[in-house]
Amino acid sequence: MTSPDTHPPQLYAAREPVFPRRVKGRFRTLKWWLLGLTLGIYYITPWLRWDRGPNLPDQAVLIDLAGRRFFFFMIEIWPHEFYFVAGLLIMAGLGLFLFTSALGRVWCGYACPQTVWTDLFILVERWVEGDRNARLRLHRQGWNAEKLRKRAVKWTVWLLIAVATGGAWVFYFADAPTLLRNLVTLQASPAAWITIAALTATTFVFGGFMREQICIYACPWPRIQAAMMDEDTITVAYRDWRGEPRGKLHKGAVTPADQQGDCIDCMACVNVCPTGIDIREGQQLACITCALCIDACDDTMAKIGKPRGLIDYLALTDEVAERAGAQPKSIWHHILRPRTILYTVLWSGVGVGLVAALFLRSDIGVNVTPVRNPTFVVLSDGSIRNTYDLRLLNKHGEARQFRIALTSDQPLALSLEGQPAQTISVPGNATTGQRIYLVAPAASAAATEDQTHVRLWVEDLGNTDRIHSDTVFNGQED
Amino acid sequence: MAVDPEDRVPENKVSPPERRYPDSKAVNARKTVGQVQSTGHTWDGIEEYDNPLPRWWVWTFYACIVFAVIYCILYPAWPMVNQATRGILGYSTRAAVVVDIQKFADANAPIRARLEATDLTAINRDPDLNQYATSAGAAVFRTWCVQCHGSGAAGVQAAGYPNLLDDDWLWGGDIANIHATITHGIRNTTDADARYSEMPKFGELLSGPEIAQVVEHVRALSGQEHDATLAIGGVTLFAENCAGCHGDAGLGNRDLGSPNLTDAIWLYGGDPASLTQTVTYARFGVMPNWNTRLSEADIRSVAVYVHGLGGGE
Repeated sequence: MTSPDTHPPQLYAAREPVFPRRVKGRFRTLKWWLLGLTLGIYYITPWLRWDRGPNLPDQAVLIDLAGRRFFFFMIEIWPHEFYFVAGLLIMAGLGLFLFTSALGRVWCGYACPQTVWTDLFILVERWVEGDRNARLRLHRQGWNAEKLRKRAVKWTVWLLIAVATGGAWVFYFADAPTLLRNLVTLQASPAAWITIAALTATTFVFGGFMREQICIYACPWPRIQAAMMDEDTITVAYRDWRGEPRGKLHKGAVTPADQQGDCIDCMACVNVCPTGIDIREGQQLACITCALCIDACDDTMAKIGKPRGLIDYLALTDEVAERAGAQPKSIWHHILRPRTILYTVLWSGVGVGLVAALFLRSDIGVNVTPVRNPTFVVLSDGSIRNTYDLRLLNKHGEARQFRIALTSDQPLALSLEGQPAQTISVPGNATTGQRIYLVAPAASAAATEDQTHVRLWVEDLGNTDRIHSDTVFNGQED
Repeated sequence: MAVDPEDRVPENKVSPPERRYPDSKAVNARKTVGQVQSTGHTWDGIEEYDNPLPRWWVWTFYACIVFAVIYCILYPAWPMVNQATRGILGYSTRAAVVVDIQKFADANAPIRARLEATDLTAINRDPDLNQYATSAGAAVFRTWCVQCHGSGAAGVQAAGYPNLLDDDWLWGGDIANIHATITHGIRNTTDADARYSEMPKFGELLSGPEIAQVVEHVRALSGQEHDATLAIGGVTLFAENCAGCHGDAGLGNRDLGSPNLTDAIWLYGGDPASLTQTVTYARFGVMPNWNTRLSEADIRSVAVYVHGLGGGE
């Protein structure tokens, strides 16, 4: 034990508030555009309409949990096609691997909802309370009318954004215009209210108060990212070989200007950081690579007439090269390497597979379950009967007539339970169960052989689409 | 170079780092301002810090404790000698199940009333009713019928439990007859309306060789391998003793529940040994009446289910 305990340790630490300063620059501009784009997609998507014909919803993107359907523009996913969702999740995972191995935590810095909404909340905060210095003053001063008014306005606007966020979410799960009408007239289902309330609360708290704490403490991504980064991964870094020794820039400096590095210790990079870190200490857990420190430092470098890029997107190999006096590799040389190419190939492979599966699937379906208890039944005349339970699936909006048929090398008679003919009506956008029987005449080959292969056909009489399913007929083997 | 004095936060000033890359110390150093608290544990040069927890985490932890205490007061929680503490809300899973069962019974009440009011032969023309009856009937069958007839309804030949899947019916295979059989049962002593018939024990009426002749004749009737000489001898014996119930041609009689002896289906087996046993000692298959145990809606449901198994007439 070497701990120099002179007083008992604190049980908890208060969050140190972060007051990010306003910053302008190329990356901030890019982030504003991405913020507008991602929020636009999120809020507008449920209101897009898509005509699917009668009896089907006309909402472009709809997750119908009660009806167990997922609609995405021209695509309709049924529960048994959930592998599409699994495939999309695999693609999302591989995409995240690809971007992280190439560009570090670019997802965190630009596209993560936590970052996007926090940016939006900080924007509101700045409009209401002013920039960093004004906010610091407000934070330190006691409560008075002005502070109360500013806080009230800020929290109200945050709350409105939060309600809009939670509100937009539920529109993905029900017909948006109908749900909006129900919400306004207070007739919406409890599930909608609870979801809106929960997402309003999380948006308000996560975006307004927890902010970087979510990234540092709650999110697993920072813990995983190290496994995907290597020396060619581009992250935000400080060129300390150029910046150090740092020092103030003024006349009569202690260190002569020619022995001084480019860093003038203006703290701009620290003051703009949304997670409150000093990037000059190196790449670290709390850095979400939002690149705002690059913008801030470029601004300072421009003011003191030095080249930009004291803080910049860099890879570890660049440090070695630059310390040796060489030029860093180009961005594309960093990005194009076996690892990222492998991720891209895998990602594309899954994507191509999904698209192919999408175009090859039919609008009708059949699932054949042979009844195996018992495997066959002997009838009065000695013929052998097998029973199959069919699950017929009709993705069209209207009811369709399906005709059941079979092909086999042996003569087998087909009949449908409760249906006089070999056709059955399947309701629109639904499935229906139908039991069918195959009968082999007494002493025929199929009746006496162990197994006979049969192919069951289902034909949609509406558009002559045909699908088939292979199964077997069990005979009474002597 | 104008830099606002407030932009400088002296605490954040750290001397130039020795290492540039992954350094979790950086966060810790900023958080604790100055020296990092250590637990004193060091393994392979890696030291375990004793950083304080975030405040929100601690409060969440306290909130969980408060929640647990309130929960223990409201709900069953502490196991005691005989049962757990009841909790002041009086909640119990058993009571909740009773409520749930009643909820489903209430929800099904209208369609069950309709099932009882509809003519038996009209049930399968109403898709909703047919679907409900088939599903409910399957559940009733799994509970009450599988013990004898098997989970696949294929019966057990050795024990004389009939196969309900085929097209051979002792007492009739239309929906009305199936319904009557389930309602009143067969040869039981608890329902006066039970289906009844009794085959004599021919061991007391015929000699051994005579029984052998009858058995060979019955095998001839069903087109099985047989001794032609014995079978011819059995013709007269069959006409005198068996035709009364089984008919001259051996086609059986559904009013008496006497089986068709010419088809490929045997309740107790069609081999000489089984037939000899049947003729000598007779058979007396019993089925309980279900009208005292099942509701009319349940009996109708299971009748529809059995009728739809493939052999319904």
